[in-house]
Amino acid sequence: MGSKTSLHDAHQSMGAKIVDFGGWDMPLHYGSQIEEHHLVRKASGMFDVSHMTIVDVQGSQSREYLRHLLANDVDKLKATGKALYSGMLDEQGGVIDDLIVYRMPEDYRVVVNCGTREKDLAWMNKQAEGFAVELKERDDLAMVAIQGPEAIAKIQGVKSKQRSLIDSLSVFQGLESEGWMFCRTGYTGEDGLEVMVPNDEVVDFWQALASEGVNPCGLGARDTLRLEAGMNLYGSDMDESVTPLQSNMAWTVSLTDDRNFIGKAALVEQKQIGVPNKLVGLVLEQRGVLRGHQRVVVSEGGEQQGEGEITSGTFSPTLGYSVALARVPQNTGDTCRVEMRGKLVEVKVVKPPFVRNGQRVYK
Amino acid sequence: MSIIPGELKYLSSHEWVRLEEDGETVTVGITDHAQDLLGDVVFVELPEVDTVIAAGEEAGVVESVKAASDIFAPVGGKVIEINESLEESPEFVNSDPYDDGWFFKLKVSDADELSGLLSAEDYTEVCESEEH
Repeated sequence: MGSKTSLHDAHQSMGAKIVDFGGWDMPLHYGSQIEEHHLVRKASGMFDVSHMTIVDVQGSQSREYLRHLLANDVDKLKATGKALYSGMLDEQGGVIDDLIVYRMPEDYRVVVNCGTREKDLAWMNKQAEGFAVELKERDDLAMVAIQGPEAIAKIQGVKSKQRSLIDSLSVFQGLESEGWMFCRTGYTGEDGLEVMVPNDEVVDFWQALASEGVNPCGLGARDTLRLEAGMNLYGSDMDESVTPLQSNMAWTVSLTDDRNFIGKAALVEQKQIGVPNKLVGLVLEQRGVLRGHQRVVVSEGGEQQGEGEITSGTFSPTLGYSVALARVPQNTGDTCRVEMRGKLVEVKVVKPPFVRNGQRVYK
Repeated sequence: MSIIPGELKYLSSHEWVRLEEDGETVTVGITDHAQDLLGDVVFVELPEVDTVIAAGEEAGVVESVKAASDIFAPVGGKVIEINESLEESPEFVNSDPYDDGWFFKLKVSDADELSGLLSAEDYTEVCESEEH
């Protein structure tokens, strides 16, 4: 038996198929994950993401602490509520986790993955030594992601009092109201919000959204949506064994400022020596499904040049064929081959994302 | 609990088999239990019509959002018809595994092989033992 979110009974009464995810009992789907996927691309869907870990970083040195802890620079956050995606690295530049940090009116709020909660908190506490900061886990808050072109209007239908606050949000910004936090963030490649809600109010919120016609969606659709959007999944697409530079996350690393964040020296060195591989997108525009851990073969003029591996792969419901993320050698060209069920199949190499706002975007 | 019709025969690898009225044709598909385990089916690869396959031989592949899974011929015979609608609508395997979601029909070479298939009761036990 895993941990349960405040919405667990609601999921069961809506017919969810429950699976273990990082020690949590979470909905995989409520019937068809492909239908749920299409609803998010075309209308709206809601995901219980209460399993994710919310940590408030408070104290007079929270800025200095986060500038030391994170590969991205919280000084980029000028306005209240603005958010930043960052890796949290070890001394070797390996990715301990990826996270979102919000600039709160006074301090900061960080959201990390659920499967990495214990090691993250241990690392964050260890690194806090010597800084005047206090880390406070907010397990009193649940979180619901409502995503899709109609998502924001549906939320405003339920939270009419916060209508103008929600209208005021820019992309990647979150603002508090009456103990809730409305964040214009997500993991689907669609517009929408992630809403942090006190545990004892989340069931009513979920039911009210359902009454507005927002469809409940499970982790299955969440995975196909994030993969179409070219977003990494921690533990599959990156972990401690690779750096952000090998994980299509170079844009989240700020090397040019005055900071000396954890892992910076290793990244500078890796850049000098040469980054050995990169994370790219693969597309198979025919029958068959690319899947995690399949072997990738890179050749030139008929000769094998190197090998890589698919880190996550799936059928893309929006495109009607399969897409994947794969870690491949730097010299990989426009095509490579993937070993699928004993056969080498040619696939296109592209730059993710594959889909944004319901439309194909890769070239 | 998944649906396991009493009038069908089964393989422990989760195919169902229906002996048609002519006594020499069988229709093959995958069970409700199998489609539930696989999740949404996205591609089905079927044998070509007129192919002769032996019992236990690979006859196709079903790919879902979760996994690829081989389909085996329950008895030997010649493929006389395939369900072409699955090319456009693989979701029939999920929505109607015992009817619209059928895979192919075989003209049975050796009717004795039919006696080696599982009854609905036997297959129910197979499913239950997997769950524990």
